[in-house]
Amino acid sequence: MMLFAVQLLNGLQLGVLLFLVAAGLTLVFGVMDFVNLAHGVQYMVGAYLAVLFTGLVGNFFLALLLAMAAALVIGLLLEVLIYRHLYERDHLDQVLATFGVILFLNEAVRVLFGSAPLSVAMPETLSGGVVLMNGLLYPVYRIALILVGLGVAVLLWVLVTRTRIGMLVRAGATNAQMVSALGINIRRLFMIVFGFGVMLAGFAGFLAAPILSVEPGMGDSLLILAFVVIVIGGIGSIRGAFFAAIIVGLVDTLGRTFMTDIAKLVMSPSTATDVGPAVASMLIYVLMAAVLFFRPTGLFPAKGQQA
Amino acid sequence: MSDTPTLTTASAGRTPASPRLLGLRLPIAIFVLLALVPALATVLDDSFITLFVIRVMIFAIAAVSLDLILGYGALVSFGHAAFLGIGAYGIGILSAEGIYDGLVAIPVALVAAGLFALVTGAISLKTRGVYFIMITLAFAQMAYYTTTSLSAYGGDDGLTIWRRTEFFGTGPLDDRLTFFYVTFGCLLAVYLLCRMIVASRFGRVLTGAKQSEIRLRAIGIDPYPYRLVAYVIAAMICALAGVLLANQTEFVSPAYMGWHRSGELIVMVVLGGIGTLHGAIIGAAAYLLLESLLQDVTHHWQLIFGPFLVLVVLYGKGGLVRLITGVRAHG
Repeated sequence: MMLFAVQLLNGLQLGVLLFLVAAGLTLVFGVMDFVNLAHGVQYMVGAYLAVLFTGLVGNFFLALLLAMAAALVIGLLLEVLIYRHLYERDHLDQVLATFGVILFLNEAVRVLFGSAPLSVAMPETLSGGVVLMNGLLYPVYRIALILVGLGVAVLLWVLVTRTRIGMLVRAGATNAQMVSALGINIRRLFMIVFGFGVMLAGFAGFLAAPILSVEPGMGDSLLILAFVVIVIGGIGSIRGAFFAAIIVGLVDTLGRTFMTDIAKLVMSPSTATDVGPAVASMLIYVLMAAVLFFRPTGLFPAKGQQA
Repeated sequence: MSDTPTLTTASAGRTPASPRLLGLRLPIAIFVLLALVPALATVLDDSFITLFVIRVMIFAIAAVSLDLILGYGALVSFGHAAFLGIGAYGIGILSAEGIYDGLVAIPVALVAAGLFALVTGAISLKTRGVYFIMITLAFAQMAYYTTTSLSAYGGDDGLTIWRRTEFFGTGPLDDRLTFFYVTFGCLLAVYLLCRMIVASRFGRVLTGAKQSEIRLRAIGIDPYPYRLVAYVIAAMICALAGVLLANQTEFVSPAYMGWHRSGELIVMVVLGGIGTLHGAIIGAAAYLLLESLLQDVTHHWQLIFGPFLVLVVLYGKGGLVRLITGVRAHG
């Protein structure tokens, strides 16, 4: 029971990180129809900026501010230099060019910081643990991460559904051409959405830095999970990204913890220890396949709906 | 590529033949050049060349199979390496179980990849565009993570193959030259098969669906089954490349189906010239050559290759095939 509670929190935590990455990605897909494989790299960049700036200034929160600014600059630089020329191209070109960006940035951090995993110290105020129930100690930082993530989700929801810019973003996801025809500067809207998405991914990377190891290529596996989230949630939908991220985070974490035990119920222990992890790592993809089979545009498609 | 100058000088000063013959000249040149590689290696006394070109041809098979669905069906599959890996693991797992007979192992490997393609393709092909890219990627990752957790077969560390695939109790693949010509024969057969497919009614439906799905539906053809069959065929061809790769390296690991590998396969197809089939062969050669050259320059070769790829996408439409044929048109 206690293990279950801990894993539930860990699952929520993965879900929150996934949401921060997927939110930007789904908007970029939805509004610009742009396949940005390099979005996961922005998460990695955020984590490395955490290493860099906490080392430079010492203070975690000041470092966070600086890192966000730097992440935005890096993202916008890439947008102006490369991505901007790809919006009109087909998906294949977008995939290839952003694949090139991934190769470059992964190798660049390897050159600058080395291949060995790095870590970032937790801020003093958030270190230590809280007793949740019957002696269960859970780190404050992880709880703070979950709360901050949920806070950002609420903020995003308000931004997208209650403000003018959010309305434009939703309209853009439904029909970008129409929005442009109505006199909105769609390029500027793209840039705002893109910059925002990049910062969210960087933010996720920064928050993850103290609890996960910071290494080259760390964004790649998360990117693919974020893809699964977006496909399940429906492209362009913030609400979909949120629910799908939480579902994927929970299913993946709980699956990895309990699948072997579940497998033991129906087969011999030795086969179960073989089959369990294999099935656990397949769970979210099976889930995705199932969702697609019944709802090809995801659980919360953006078109004609609130985002 | 070394064949660029040969081609231009050969065609210079001659009146151009019919477009059909011109179209055949490049693929013929490619295969003649490939067939002569072992002789060249003997003359230069450099056995590395043969090994390198075997690797090129193996990846060329995989790239040609990807070009069949990517170039002719416009299906941007970002999970094609999964089939390479399944083919390789078919050989690896069977050899771990003591089965080395090629007449058993190869069909098993190909059918396994075909079945995986049938199931995942049936789901993925229901979707379009961005969804298709992400779903093929996700399914390939699923295969990847499954192999990493196969602790009985090496898991993360991969699996060493102690004996190469045998036929009728003999091991012809142990001889380098035989291996070379077996791979050469496979590539030639695959190329001709794909040419036939593309030229057939089936192939025309595939390209028709790429141009306008609505028009195709209007004349009463549902492209879905055609795409699915093409997807399965491409997967099985790619698995053949996996079979050869496992035999060459005598090792299989999950990295064979990592998503970087899928990306590389797309790079090969586009670098060589998409939708030409022989472009995929040139692309595979160019990519592997570039990789080994850049690796000689710096360990961090991707630092150079990444921006190069971006530049190719932004400014290099048509790939190397257009470069070669374009030069010829001016000469």
